[in-house]
Amino acid sequence: MNAKRIAVLTTLLASALLFSACSSKGNSVKLQGAGASFPAPLYQKWFKTYSGAHPNVQVDYQSVGSGSGVKSFMDKTVDFAASDAAMKPEDMAKVDGGVQLLPMTAGSIVLAYNLKDVPNLRLSREAYGGIFSGKVTKWSDPLIAKANPGIKLPDQPINVIVRADGSGTTYVFTKHLSAISPAFQTAVGVNNMPNWPVGTRSKGNEGVTASILTTPGAIGYVEYGYAHSQNLPVATLENKSGNYVAATTESAEAALASAQMPVDFIAWVSDPEGKDAYPIVTFTWMILYKKYDNKEKLDALKGLVDYSLTDGQKESEALGYVPLPPEVASKAKAAVDNL
Amino acid sequence: MAAWHPGQIWQPPSSVQRWIDLIFRRLCVAFAAITIALIAFLVLEIGVKALPAFREHGLAFLYTRTWDPNTARYGILPEIWGTLYTSLLALFFGSVFGIAAAVFLSEGYLGETVFKILKAFNLHFHPFWGHLPDRFEVLLKNLIELLAAVPSVVYGLWGLFVVIPLIRPGCNWLHEQFGWFPLFSTDLSGPGILPAVFVLSIMILPTITAVSRDALVSVPPRLRMAAYGLGATRWETILGVLLPTASRGIFGGVVLAFGRALGETMALAMLVGNANRLTVSLFSPANTLAALLANSFPEAGAKEIPVLMYAALVLLAITFVVNIFGALVLERAAAKSEAK
Repeated sequence: MNAKRIAVLTTLLASALLFSACSSKGNSVKLQGAGASFPAPLYQKWFKTYSGAHPNVQVDYQSVGSGSGVKSFMDKTVDFAASDAAMKPEDMAKVDGGVQLLPMTAGSIVLAYNLKDVPNLRLSREAYGGIFSGKVTKWSDPLIAKANPGIKLPDQPINVIVRADGSGTTYVFTKHLSAISPAFQTAVGVNNMPNWPVGTRSKGNEGVTASILTTPGAIGYVEYGYAHSQNLPVATLENKSGNYVAATTESAEAALASAQMPVDFIAWVSDPEGKDAYPIVTFTWMILYKKYDNKEKLDALKGLVDYSLTDGQKESEALGYVPLPPEVASKAKAAVDNL
Repeated sequence: MAAWHPGQIWQPPSSVQRWIDLIFRRLCVAFAAITIALIAFLVLEIGVKALPAFREHGLAFLYTRTWDPNTARYGILPEIWGTLYTSLLALFFGSVFGIAAAVFLSEGYLGETVFKILKAFNLHFHPFWGHLPDRFEVLLKNLIELLAAVPSVVYGLWGLFVVIPLIRPGCNWLHEQFGWFPLFSTDLSGPGILPAVFVLSIMILPTITAVSRDALVSVPPRLRMAAYGLGATRWETILGVLLPTASRGIFGGVVLAFGRALGETMALAMLVGNANRLTVSLFSPANTLAALLANSFPEAGAKEIPVLMYAALVLLAITFVVNIFGALVLERAAAKSEAK
């Protein structure tokens, strides 16, 4: 009898505790997001900082890839999505109530390589266009040698490494290659998983990075942060005005400055102007609904995006991203306030 | 409840027992039915989703080579070839080493060696050291079975960072010296067929070894004794009596391993190079159906999903055919051995 009484008491106590725990979190808001893996480290950092300052807001972001993110967004299983490839107009039309895209941050895509005796490789537009179309196959090719006077390039085959899985990074990179090389555009074209004429394929930015690290004579495209964290050598690329530019925050900012931001915020910097501009740069977007039924959710989301577009921008450089140009950030902020 | 009288084992089952019996029987039938229904549902679901792609691409899907979402041309011949090529090669290596390991284990070679060493120290009947031969045997058996417990992503990473750099110089030497030979016609840059086969054969080894060992151990001892009695050497006994008698079980293990090799995804996606190429060269990158599915699914658009479902259906069909073929061969082998 006594044991039973204790059991009843414990149950009561436990349920009381549970109940009080629930009620204290009564006005907490949970935001669900999914999408691009490229800005994920930065997003995680922002969301964590924001939740730290606002304990009633919980943000859960899953980096499942741009395509999956947009898919979940259209199925309305998430509160926001993120994508490197923006969103197709026909997909946007399918979301009733409307869609708001917001540029959140930007990044460069670099060509990392593995050549022991060449610390500073320079690649002309023709050279790297040729490498990824399968026309330039040896490191000693005159097209590469011309831009690297005085450097002894090995007579070794070029092992091109591309992404095996569909990816926003690939989309941006093929968009750039198509812009600079009409031959590439007709032979391969813009896609997040195109039919590459050359190369071995690895999964994910980290897979490509690992393959470059372990394969002598390799070259591949990855997000700046991945090459940076592994100390992989990165090629200096020729830009539209014929200058050779290394991937730095300044050169990426110079590239973004040339972008014309349209009303829907979908701006591509496929081949930036400017003599100091690094050629392969892209914005990455957060995708929101124009209407939210839940007022609390909307307010939390607004606060989150506001923070990310203002104080959050200061975090981006340390993680290998490029802060948004101030006028783009303020335009985006204005768009959020209108939701 | 009826009282239990000692000695009365003849008492009829009580109604409770009968109920339990009935419920148990019904449950078994239900679970069996659920398993069958699940498979039927799976095939149906994949089939229905693949239907649009089947209408559009037809059978050409199976024998064309391009996979290009931009022009919406899809063909999976390189993937079908890559799947079968890597699996068969891995099966060959896995079987040779797996069956050899099974013979080694079932013949007690290791135990014998340990016993001889102990005998040299006159410890072979020692209460502790005397058990060592048996313990070593069990240890080796468990170690091989442990290979099956290693997650495939670990195998993939190991292949990427250890196997490829290890075999690259040898492979490139082979390519330089014997480049005219189709198997060596390209150089090994990184991921490719050979590293994939190498790792895959290790992955299927425990399946083959465990099943083959069980088959070899269950060969009646009198057969072995009779062979020795007729003057056969140990070698002749193994090849002429033990392996043929156990062949049915061994073959079962090989079929099981083949199924695993066909469906293996993660390690292959990391090691095979995922390039859409139709090649016999061991050092060239290639692709498999499972790797293609794993790589393409997360970002597939609405138009691509039916095509991927179609590819999944093809993979399912290949596995199905392999299993049926295996079952038929087993049945025929059994019929033959009974006819003897």
